[in-house]
Formats: sequence, structure tokens, C-alpha cells
Amino acid sequence: MSHAARTPKIVETAIKVTPEIVAEHGITPKEYARIQKILGREPNFTELGIFSVMWSEHCSYKSSRIHLQRLPTHAPQVLQGPGENAGVVDVGDGLAAVFKMESHNHPSYVEPFQGAATGVGGILRDVFTMGARPIAVLDSLRFGSITSAKGISANGERPEVVARNRRLVDGVVRGIAFYGNCFGVPTVGGEVEFEPGYAGNPLVNVLALGIAPKNHLFFARARGEGNPVIYVGAKTGRDGIHGASLLASAEFTEESQKKRPNVQVGDPFLEKLLLEACLEAMASGTIVGIQDMGAAGLTSSSCEMASRGGVGIELELDCVPQRESGMTAYEMMLSESQERMLLVAERDRKAEVFRVFRKWGLDAIEIGRVTSDGMLRVLHHGQIAAEIPADALAEQAPLYQRPLTRPKPSPAREARVSLAPVGTDLSANFHGLLAAPAIASKRWIFEQYDHMVRTNTTVFPGAADAAVVRLKGTSRALALATDGKGRWCALDPRVGAMHAVAEAARNVAAVGARPWAATNCLNFGNPEKPEVMWQFSEAVDGMAEACRALSIPITGGNVSFYNDTLGKSIDPTPIVGVLGVIENAAATLTMAFRNEGDAIVLLDGRGNASATPKSHERESLREFASSEYARTVAGIVGGVPPAVDLAAELRLIEALVALAAEGILASAHDISDGGIAVALAECGFASNGLAAEAAWHSDAPAELALFAETGARAVVSLSQASLARLLTLAAKYSIAALVIGRVTRGQFQLSLNGATVVRDRPASLRKIWSGAIEHAILGEQASKQA
Amino acid sequence: MKIGVVVFPGSNCDHDALHAVSEVIHTPAEFIWHQSQDLAGFDAVILPGGFSYGDYLRTGAIARFSPVMNAIARFARSGGLVLGICNGFQILCEAGLLPGALMRNKGLRFVCRHVHIRVETAATPFTSAARPGQVLRIPIAHAEGNYVCDATTLADLKHNNQIVFRYCTPDGRLDTAANPNGSLDAIAGICNRERNVMGMMPHPERAVEAALGSTDGLVVFRSLVQSLARQPAAAVS
Repeated sequence: MSHAARTPKIVETAIKVTPEIVAEHGITPKEYARIQKILGREPNFTELGIFSVMWSEHCSYKSSRIHLQRLPTHAPQVLQGPGENAGVVDVGDGLAAVFKMESHNHPSYVEPFQGAATGVGGILRDVFTMGARPIAVLDSLRFGSITSAKGISANGERPEVVARNRRLVDGVVRGIAFYGNCFGVPTVGGEVEFEPGYAGNPLVNVLALGIAPKNHLFFARARGEGNPVIYVGAKTGRDGIHGASLLASAEFTEESQKKRPNVQVGDPFLEKLLLEACLEAMASGTIVGIQDMGAAGLTSSSCEMASRGGVGIELELDCVPQRESGMTAYEMMLSESQERMLLVAERDRKAEVFRVFRKWGLDAIEIGRVTSDGMLRVLHHGQIAAEIPADALAEQAPLYQRPLTRPKPSPAREARVSLAPVGTDLSANFHGLLAAPAIASKRWIFEQYDHMVRTNTTVFPGAADAAVVRLKGTSRALALATDGKGRWCALDPRVGAMHAVAEAARNVAAVGARPWAATNCLNFGNPEKPEVMWQFSEAVDGMAEACRALSIPITGGNVSFYNDTLGKSIDPTPIVGVLGVIENAAATLTMAFRNEGDAIVLLDGRGNASATPKSHERESLREFASSEYARTVAGIVGGVPPAVDLAAELRLIEALVALAAEGILASAHDISDGGIAVALAECGFASNGLAAEAAWHSDAPAELALFAETGARAVVSLSQASLARLLTLAAKYSIAALVIGRVTRGQFQLSLNGATVVRDRPASLRKIWSGAIEHAILGEQASKQA
Repeated sequence: MKIGVVVFPGSNCDHDALHAVSEVIHTPAEFIWHQSQDLAGFDAVILPGGFSYGDYLRTGAIARFSPVMNAIARFARSGGLVLGICNGFQILCEAGLLPGALMRNKGLRFVCRHVHIRVETAATPFTSAARPGQVLRIPIAHAEGNYVCDATTLADLKHNNQIVFRYCTPDGRLDTAANPNGSLDAIAGICNRERNVMGMMPHPERAVEAALGSTDGLVVFRSLVQSLARQPAAAVS
């Protein structure tokens, strides 16, 4: 084919490339001129399609890349940073953790079940493509309100919107369960929040973690002229053409519902076979490079492998297994049919590859070869259907420094909660908080997921701040937590993003794990809006600053723009997933109180400066207006996020890791949504009938003392005998440790400055907290029957 | 002594069952590929949980036609010990090695959580190390675990003492609220009349180490190994 490459005779497609067709592909006139320059001629329709998907926002990160360069990605433990299918870090004992988070927001809104299912499928392929067996999945979900009074949600959503939100939750949860359970990966954690801004644009972010021997990783790089390019997995159909790539690269409109057929359909059984076959083929040493066919399918997998390997790839489309007849080159190159992989094998060992895939009952067909000319060349019916430099597609997409505009400060920033008079019984407010979907038990969701398969899950969902999976054959375990603060990011994207990092890291430290690396999923509105781009830039800076301060490298992730429905952008929602390492798995901590009579201690990374002087009270009130309490009890979403003190966060993390390793703690739980009061209640809910009896002194008003969400804090319990050691270690790490109470079998009781402010039977509190989400989604009657 | 763990396409608790047998109770164990026709050398066979053939069509409906199922039927007829867990139980029912069927859970959702089950009989090779009435805390993870059979079969199961486990409260009482899937008569596991084939929906392999939150599943594997040690291996092959 080499002479053809010099004087390409590209087939003329039936559909001519006109300015209208170019615009329909989302390619600007400037971008089109760039394509003409690269090719030295006009592209045909197939080539235009190929450029459009590779240069789409989803595949090229053209609006975000310039900003993402500010994130810290290097550290000694990082084996692979951003740019591959997933990030890889060394976790000791010769093992590498391969992990990444990705969004499937738009497909999940259009078709919640399949959208969420294929979101799981896609990220699992990213992980096992690198040679790692997936061992855990976490989901970070955002929906509109699911609770309402007389049909109207607290935030004014109409009954039909609330009903749709519930259907979306149900569909997404079922979709995640459908895929993960069948595939055989435990869904071990994550978080879910309900805010009105997501009603027209839910977020479905999925994090997958896999484990591989660190000297046996695979990369999406082709090499070796003449090596066969082999297609494995499902047949190619017309499904998903412009699915992920274009659905995720434009705003949502009424028209978008018509794109339901563009959502792919998942087959977790096929993916399970693909996993086993790929791992077996990889172990045989016959595979040179491998890439999954995700967004932009055959196009992205082939040109990315060629580009990264500095070679070319020639594909014969007549050989591609097809589900439908009469598919054009355009359709085959852009199809996003699921559960497919492209691999390059050693030339003389391809028979072994075929044998493995045949054993697992999968199609494995040689559809092309590696060339030396750097071209992605597509042959169809004996003609050249497309010929484009692979590097131009994968690496030369335009990069945009889009305009940024700081939006006018929202008047909501001035909102304040009017505080109850001193001495008010706050029990009723506390009950409301426990039933708030953001705080209520997520049991109804996680029990639909198999969270135990592979028998590595040592901390189950809801039992601690982070999920923990052990590494069989070693003494180690890995902890994972995801976090995102959309409400805070809307008020201040930089501070909100810092909190997301700090809280996820604190969560991981609360089980005794040292934060080791992070992945992110940045969910934002339309980047062509300067206010959205400003939010993005601020959030990236906040995330970068927090990661630097806490020494957590970011090894990869995903950007999801165009989360807009009918012209309205979602709250900026950067989600971060932090991976931590527990050296001694036996020392893992959970939040559950363990022994009656244990001391309860409040740890504060800000040290003894943490008492609130009067001069700070105004600031504290501003911060309190952004709390879950303000939203649920006072109906206020405003103010500013709590100030972040990253040095304090670091001290607390270091102290928690050290305390866990010493083995003197019985439980640990970070303080976040709902403040100390909710944290103490949760330690009881997770336990076997125990509760907190706490009394302390505070200069702050009672509601702030109980419910403020100031960072860098945690509550721990331990035997009275270990208290002295705890205080010594707290001093060593310069954190404050205040004994605030003890673990009891009696009433849950909180007293401030000598007056009891909340007192209740643990069982009644538990009831309020445990059924709220199920009731909201199924209705009270149905949930009793289920 | 060697225990086989069958691998169907879509089995996903195969590694877990193998780990429980070989790493936790230190008994030799090997995978058996679903196309294998020969069980020579194996003293007992475990059909693990998972989604064989994706559970498409109906759970276990396609797996029963795997070549290995002929060999397992022969193995069972000659007295070999066969344990089906979750999807393995569903396959054994589809294959006619156990009576009845497993339908959608009453809540129509997948349920994964720890439940309590009561040992109804210790007179099986899978529960011989347990006490009758003993309560075990073991996880379930299924969408189709709702055991059903006709009235005659149920009467037979009771009459022949073939109900091995029932869902119960933590203190061992039968209660509708403690039945997670609506199973007839709270049935969580049964054996055949010859008592050498048992199926159960709960996952004992997920409750074999303290780190996993329970060790109550160990009794099933210990019973199996002790029973094999008592009977000469040659008797089954």
C-alpha cells in the first residue's frame, strides 16, 4: 500500500462535504481550514466524520487541556499519569493500582438504565485494557430533588419534575447494578446528592479500580510494521453513532430526547468474557498494544494507538464483524457499539491470540496491520475510504483558551440563617436533617449493588467514610472515596473544589489509609459561556492547590462540559476520587462505635486556634448559610463555603493515619454534611445499638456548634485507657483533641454549655435516617412491602 | 482430596469459591472449564455464583446445556458431592438435579446484604459440622432467589428432610420480614433426596474470614471436607 500512500486516491463519498454538513458536524470554519491544511485537500464525508469525533470536546479536551496542565500529576508512586486509558500508581508488593473516573451524564438523562450501564462498562474497559483486573467501582451521582411536600419540592420543582427525578434515580441505580453485578465487580461506594440544578441534567460519574502486577502493564501503543491489528468482542452496528462524542459535546435541548437511539446498549456478559479473554491473552505475552473502543470506537482506538506508537495503521473495513448489512465506512468508523477492543499482536503469534478468544466464544478478526507511514488508512470495498495522519487526529486538535468572565457575585452570598434563641430544643431540626436525602442512609441504593463479589470488600458501603478492598496475598488494603461539592462550587468554585479534595482525602484517612493518588471528573456547563469557563478555571486551580498541599498527584480523569439543559448550566461539579493505601489491613478503621464507655474525642486539624473567637462569628454565619442545615432547615442556599485550611487538613490526615496505625482507635469518622451532630449520630447508626452522649463547651451559637461543616475535623472513639496516648500523638501532630463524651447504650444526647439541646432514643433517630430515601423514591407503602 | 470449581462463561464467584477452599481451608481445588466432560480426580464439585451466559433467557437455563453438566449429572448419580451456590443453585434446578425453581425476588430488585439462615438439618455432607437450629450470618446477592415448587414437592422436601436452610431472624425465628426474597416456606437451600447435591442462595464463600465480616460460611466448606475425608474418594469416581 505504500505507493498508494504517496498518491492517495481517496474515494468520493456519495454525500458531498458542504459548509452545512461541516456545521452539522460541529466543526467551525477555522477548524475546517485546519483540516484542509493537514490533508492538503478537501476531506471526503468519511474523513470529515472522523475529524469531527476526534476533535469533539469529548475526545480532544480542546477547551480544557490548557487548564488541566496546571494539575499536579507527578510523584514517585505515579507509574502512569494522564494520557493513557487510566492512571497507574505503585501500591507496593509489586502491585499497581489502575484507576480512573469517567462521566456518562448525557446518555443517562436520555436513557437512564442503559446510559448508566454503559458508563460502568466503558470505565471498566479502560481499566482492564491496561492489564488490570477490576476490583472495585464507585459511583458519584447527582439528581434533582426527590422529596416534596404536596408534590412541590422544597426548591420549587414541580410534581412532574420530582417524579421524573425519582425515575431517573431508579433507572440509573438499576443500570449500574445490571452492569456491575453481572460483570462481577463490586460496587463498593461513592456518593449521591440531590439538588434542583441537576433535574434536567443528572450526573453519573463512575470510578473503576483495577489491580495488575506493576511490571506487566499494557498500553495503547502500536508498534512493529506488519504486526496484525485484531478486532475483538461485539460486532459493529449502527448504534451509538455520534453517541458519547457528540451527545457530550453540545448543550441539551428538547431535541436531545430524540437522540435516545444514539445511546449505546450494554452487554455486561459479553464484557465479562472480554475481560477474561483479554487478561488471558495478555498473560501469554502475545499482545503488543491494546485499546478499547469507547467514544468514537474504531476511529479513536486505531488513531490513538498509531499516534502514541509513532506508526500508522491500515484498516480493512470489509473484515470488521458487522451486525447489520450495508454499513458505510462513515458508519463503521463512528459506531460506538459497546464491548469491543482493538489490539495489536506479535506477528508470528497471532494464532495464539485467536485461540484464547475462540475459547471464550468471542469474535477475533484480523482487520488490518501496523504500517510505518503514520497514516490512519481506511480501506473499504477495495478503495481508500479515508487517509489521515494519525497524529493529526489524536494530538493536533485545536486547543482553545476560551474567554473567562467572573460572574457578578450572587445576592445569595448575603443570605443568613436566623438562629434559634439560646436554649431552644433543636431535636426537631435535627430530625429534619437526618431525613434529608443528602444525609439519610443510602442503603436502598447500595443493596442493589453486589458490593462483595471477589471477596475483597472489607469495609462495606455506609460503614465508613471510604470503601476498603483488601489486596489478597499481601497485608495491604486500598481505600477509595469520592467527593464533590456542587453547592459550594456554585458559591465559590475554587474553594468548593479544594473542599472536594480535602474531604475525599480526609475520608480515606479516616479508615487509616494514606492518600496516595487521585482521579477527577469535572462536570461543568457550556465552555463557550465565559462564566462557565471561569468556574472551570477556578475549580482547576482550587483542585491543583489542594492536591499540592496534600501531596496527592492526579493521575487522570475526565472532563464533562455542556451539562446544560434548556440554556441553564448545572452547578459546577468537580468530583474527585482519592485512592489511599493501608499498610496493615488489619488496622482498618470504620465509623461504628465499638464499646460502651469508650471516650469520644473531637479532633481538629486547626489545633488550639479552633475555638471560635467572637470576631470570627460574622464569618462563621456567612459560612453557615451554605450548610446542609441551612438548606434543609432554613431553606437557604447561600453564603460562602467554609474557609479551607489545607495545612490543618494535612495535619489531621497525618494524625489519623498515625492513630490508625497505632491501633488505639475504636472508630473514626470525618465531620462533613450536618456537622458534629450528624457525625456522632452516624457513628451510632453504624454500630450495634450504641450511641453518643456528648457535652462540651462552645462560644459559638448552638446551631453552629452542632451543625457547621467546618473542615479538618473528625470524631474518634477509643478506650479511656488509650486517651493519654491519643493526647500525646495529637500534640505531636499539632492537632486539637477535645474529649466531648462517651459511648453509651442509652439515649443519644448532645449538651452544650451545660444545657441539653438534642436528646432521643437511638432507635427513633435511626428509623428517621434509614428509610428516607426509599420512602421518597418508592412511596411509604411500597417501601414497606419491599 | 481435590475439589473442582466449575467455570461457566459468566461465572463470577468462581475465584471466590476457589479462594475459600484452597486458601482458607487449605484443601486442594481447581477450576473445571464448562466444556470439560470428565470429572476424574475430583472428589466434589462446586457450581459457583455469577451470571452464567449472562442469565439471559432465564437464570441457569443455558448453562444446564453445557457439556460439563452431563458429567456433573453422572457424578451426582454415582454419589459425588455437588454444591451449587446462588447461580449454581439456579443451574442445578434448571438441570433437574434439584427440584423447584428460583423466581424474581418479591421486591423485583437485586438484593445484596447479610441475612440470617437457620440450619434445618445437619444430616447432609454440607452441614454435618453444624448444629441443627444453628443460625448463620451469610450474605445474599441475587435478583432471582425466590424459591418456588409445587405443593407435592414441598411436602416431599419436608417429609424427606431436604430443606437445609431457612431465612430467619438473628435469633432463629421464622418471620416474613426476615425472608429477603419471598421464598416459599423461607427456603434458602435444599438438597436432593440422596443428600449429595445441595443448592443454596446465600454465599458461604463470602463469609469465611473475619475480614469479610463473618466466618459463618466456613461450616459449609468444613462439613464438605470432613465428609469427603470420611468417605473413600474412589467411591464416587
